[in-house]
Amino acid sequence: MRGDLRALVLAATALLTGLLLLALGLELAGYDAVAALAALGNGAFGSWRAFTGATLLRAVPLILIGLGFAFALRGGALNIGAEGQFYAGAIAAAWVGVHATGWPVWTALPAVAGAGLVAGALWMVLPVVLRLRFGVLEVISTLLLNFVAEALVSLMVQGPMQEPTGIYPQSAPIAESARLPLLLGTRLHAGFLMALFAAGGLAWVFARTWWGFRLRALGEGPRAAEVSGRVPARRMLALALFGSAALAGLAGAFEVSGVSYALYQNLSPGYGFTAIGVALLARLRPSAIVLTGIVFGALEAGAGAMQRDAGIPAVAVYVVEAVIILVLLLGNAAARRGVPREVPAGTADGIL
Amino acid sequence: MMNAIAVAADVLVAAVGIATPLALAATGETLVERSGVVNLGIEGAMLFGALGGAIGATVGGSTAGLGIGLLAGVLVAALFAAVAIGAGADQIITGTAVTLASVGLTGTIYRQFYGPAGVGLSIPTLVPLPLPLLSELPLVGGAFFSQPITTYLAFGLIPLTWWLLFRTRQGLALRAAGEDTVGARAAGVPVRLMRVAAVLVGGAFAGLAGATLVLAQVGTFTERMTAGRGFIAIAIVVLGRWNPLGAGLAALLFGLATALQFAFQAAGWKVPYQLFLMFPYLLTLLALAGVVGRVKAPGSLGRTEG
Amino acid sequence: MLLTLTGISKSFGPVQALRNVDLAVRAGEVHAVLGENGAGKSTLMLIADGLLRPDAGTIAVDGTRVGFRSARDARRHGIGMVHQHSTAVPALSVMENIALAAGWPVPRAALRRRVDELTSRLSLPLDPALPASRLTVALKQRLEIVKALAAEARILLLDEPTAVLAPAEAGDLFRVVRGFAQSGGAVVLITHKLDEALVVADRITVLRRGAVVHTAPREHATAAGLTAAMIGGALSVVPRPEVRTDGPVLVRCDALEVARESGTGLRQASFTIRGGELVAVAGVEGNGQRELLRAVAGLRRPFRGLLEVSRPIAFIPEDRTTEGLIPTLNLTENVVLGVGRAAPWISGRWVRRVDWRAARRRTAELLHEFGVRAAGPDAAAVSLSGGNQQKLLVARALERHPRVLVAENPTRGLDLQAAAEVHARLRGVAAAGAAVLIYSNDLDEVLQLGDRVLVAAEGVITEAPPGVDPLLLGAMMLRREWPNAG
Repeated sequence: MRGDLRALVLAATALLTGLLLLALGLELAGYDAVAALAALGNGAFGSWRAFTGATLLRAVPLILIGLGFAFALRGGALNIGAEGQFYAGAIAAAWVGVHATGWPVWTALPAVAGAGLVAGALWMVLPVVLRLRFGVLEVISTLLLNFVAEALVSLMVQGPMQEPTGIYPQSAPIAESARLPLLLGTRLHAGFLMALFAAGGLAWVFARTWWGFRLRALGEGPRAAEVSGRVPARRMLALALFGSAALAGLAGAFEVSGVSYALYQNLSPGYGFTAIGVALLARLRPSAIVLTGIVFGALEAGAGAMQRDAGIPAVAVYVVEAVIILVLLLGNAAARRGVPREVPAGTADGIL
Repeated sequence: MMNAIAVAADVLVAAVGIATPLALAATGETLVERSGVVNLGIEGAMLFGALGGAIGATVGGSTAGLGIGLLAGVLVAALFAAVAIGAGADQIITGTAVTLASVGLTGTIYRQFYGPAGVGLSIPTLVPLPLPLLSELPLVGGAFFSQPITTYLAFGLIPLTWWLLFRTRQGLALRAAGEDTVGARAAGVPVRLMRVAAVLVGGAFAGLAGATLVLAQVGTFTERMTAGRGFIAIAIVVLGRWNPLGAGLAALLFGLATALQFAFQAAGWKVPYQLFLMFPYLLTLLALAGVVGRVKAPGSLGRTEG
Repeated sequence: MLLTLTGISKSFGPVQALRNVDLAVRAGEVHAVLGENGAGKSTLMLIADGLLRPDAGTIAVDGTRVGFRSARDARRHGIGMVHQHSTAVPALSVMENIALAAGWPVPRAALRRRVDELTSRLSLPLDPALPASRLTVALKQRLEIVKALAAEARILLLDEPTAVLAPAEAGDLFRVVRGFAQSGGAVVLITHKLDEALVVADRITVLRRGAVVHTAPREHATAAGLTAAMIGGALSVVPRPEVRTDGPVLVRCDALEVARESGTGLRQASFTIRGGELVAVAGVEGNGQRELLRAVAGLRRPFRGLLEVSRPIAFIPEDRTTEGLIPTLNLTENVVLGVGRAAPWISGRWVRRVDWRAARRRTAELLHEFGVRAAGPDAAAVSLSGGNQQKLLVARALERHPRVLVAENPTRGLDLQAAAEVHARLRGVAAAGAAVLIYSNDLDEVLQLGDRVLVAAEGVITEAPPGVDPLLLGAMMLRREWPNAG
């Protein structure tokens, strides 16, 4: 329990530090920090509409991708390519969605979601092969593929998938039946429920299943897991990475199917990187990821409002997110001080 | 026939220009990784170097731009060093966070001072300085000896770094720190200090590379303009087998591959420009696959100490 | 007095490793520091080498007080340490390692000549260009010594140097040590082996539980007296139970070859082990015993030849904290990891689930049964001492109800009490009908524990004749001709 309390305090500290630094920076730049932060809070929580339509809406991809990041990291793999996997899922979902005219809902929606899952996982095939066959760290390969995916989206929406008039760099709108139903008259789509479901599922896998435990063992002590636990390291690592990518692809599919209803460029304001903060703040716990996803969703929703109302560039929120991550890292490093040991990069033990 | 040579010469000139910032960043990162550290924040350092170069040049001319860019890179690297080495946090996540912060901060600063629509900065850029006689050589003369001063800087810094790493005592100590932390400590090497120093120098290189990108290649600053070049530099370090000379060569090859698109354009082949955007990254991945298994990385690379 | 340690004390948290220790070493003297595992010898040496700072006490070199803040300081005052496990940087060459340790300039040709000159002067030949990773264990140790002498050490600290050597190689080492002392240097030799101290030392200091209990010149020391000082009593000999030879064959190998991890790999092994037998393999590190045991345990695939092992198999790896236990997980989790999916707390066919409550209960029982001192089943594995970690590993292995038990260096780093407990458990498993296969760097342990003794030398496994004595065993380990063998 003591460990959990300390983690909570650290998380709160990280959050506050990020906001404080933002306020400080704003003051130094000549803005009214109070007004800016008020705009941020208002944009995130100011009304039911804001809460559901902005905060929770943005939380959906953050939760899904955060779950994916945690999933891979539990096994000791760092998937920094969620951005690219997101786009891969979005491309596939949009393609299916556009072609799903006339399909019934119970065919179109699963098809779109499935396309997102599969495309996301496929985007991970090259990094997995590179890692298992050639020893190329997945960090670099997933990172580089992000840029490829962005270029691919651009290619698609200006080429094969471009909408019929040929004027705008975006796809045709997806079929009605391929659009996620909205919840309770808000702008929040059913993907939110799916994200909650995924979090619950993952929590169960980690806490109760044999496979989930062995994945965790692999991440915490790869040698011991192999020698003493006979864990098939390569196979589990690959599965963890594929699962992680599939979740990111699903997030992309939900974005197309629930928010944009079409494919266009810059669909993601950096979800893939923000989600790293989401996962770390939650200490890789699926149930906590739901909360931290909402927190970061609030930050980004608020940032948009801040830009509209107070004229502050929304990209400033990246700085806040980065500060949160750095404070978390510092706090965890300080807590580990007593135990001297060398840890390979990327294993969960070395981060938390 | 004549036309083909002219096109080849143009491609070569472009290749060297593209390669220069990559080679600079990769040389610095080679030092860093040889000491046992992976700095993903190099992308952020390059970005800040680019912004610093742009602002510095606007204020004080292109030389000031280079200096400010270099300094900015060092500052970013210092943040990374403080968290990843000073506090012993995980290097990969720290580097990613530093880059994330750099993207946000440069974007914010840029929009602040140059308007939300991004009014183009008017920046005094670096002009090519043809070296007497050498620049007259056919084909290679223009490419290697008629470049801005930053390329000549690279020509000097790369062998200098090689000499430092492999021919001096300090370089040996640095390499030992990167191969085997325990053994290096037992031999009396101040491992943490070496790593911090390497990271700061690497930051200087990256900042210089970013400034080069703005002042010698693109001519202006745009948000996220580095577009992953820092990460490509990390791959180039591997391709160069953690040797500055190899990194320089790998950067040149990379530049050539990227510059090929001009040959395509000259030949009139219509290819969607996005494919050329993708090409460098895919090429890097393929090259890594070919090299990585056969080459050993420094033994304690990326290992965090608790 | 070349080196004087006075009143040294050091604690690690609640554990007091050293209490008010005095040690004085003269020039020209070989001084043995004797004590069993955990007595504090290594800690004392790490302090003398500047790698650790004492909580109290002073160090003086040549009568002048010094304060070491790092190994570099110690180096500058002429102290050189030869660690038990080589601290050479494997990827660098021999000459680069020497240059690093001694601060010599790097350019190749000149460096090579300088290294050659040094090694021939010391009569310790080494190939300067060879990467340190390719040296045999004995040569790695030679490199350690050359490194220290190149750095102009006048005081040599040797930490359990013969732990990794065959008996004849140990003899070579002692010759070098005596030579160094004769030329005016001082040597501190840390060891837990009585006979060594009696053979090579001029003075002997005994440490027990962090305090000095005895210091005397060699002439006044006796084996019995030293033993008494080391363990605070007499050593009780555990009687060997009757050896059964009628059990079923549980391990069989024929012309077995296993690719190497390091050293020679396994090139030839043909033997059987029956239920009830405890077979011990003697050998210097890197001669194929590791590959053999790991192949039997099912961790390495044989390259060629026949290998049949009855299941279930249990394996206790040598490296407790990197291969045996996961330090950040708690004891229950570590037990669950090692016992595997045949455990009673695992249920479900398509999706296997873990009943953590049942696992916790059983872990608590095991802790009690095996005398593992821990806060409870939820304690982190890293919080256990080495001896208790090993006991947990044994408990976990036995929980698999194995027919074949494989253990590497089962009592490495354990004090005599804990080692005796582990030995008793191993004997018990064999007595219950399992086949037990171990290897150990410690010849005494091999002879004491093994019903049968195998010898690993250059990848070839041969069986030693029953009742073999240590000298013959040592010769077999080096594959040297021994008159009247067999």
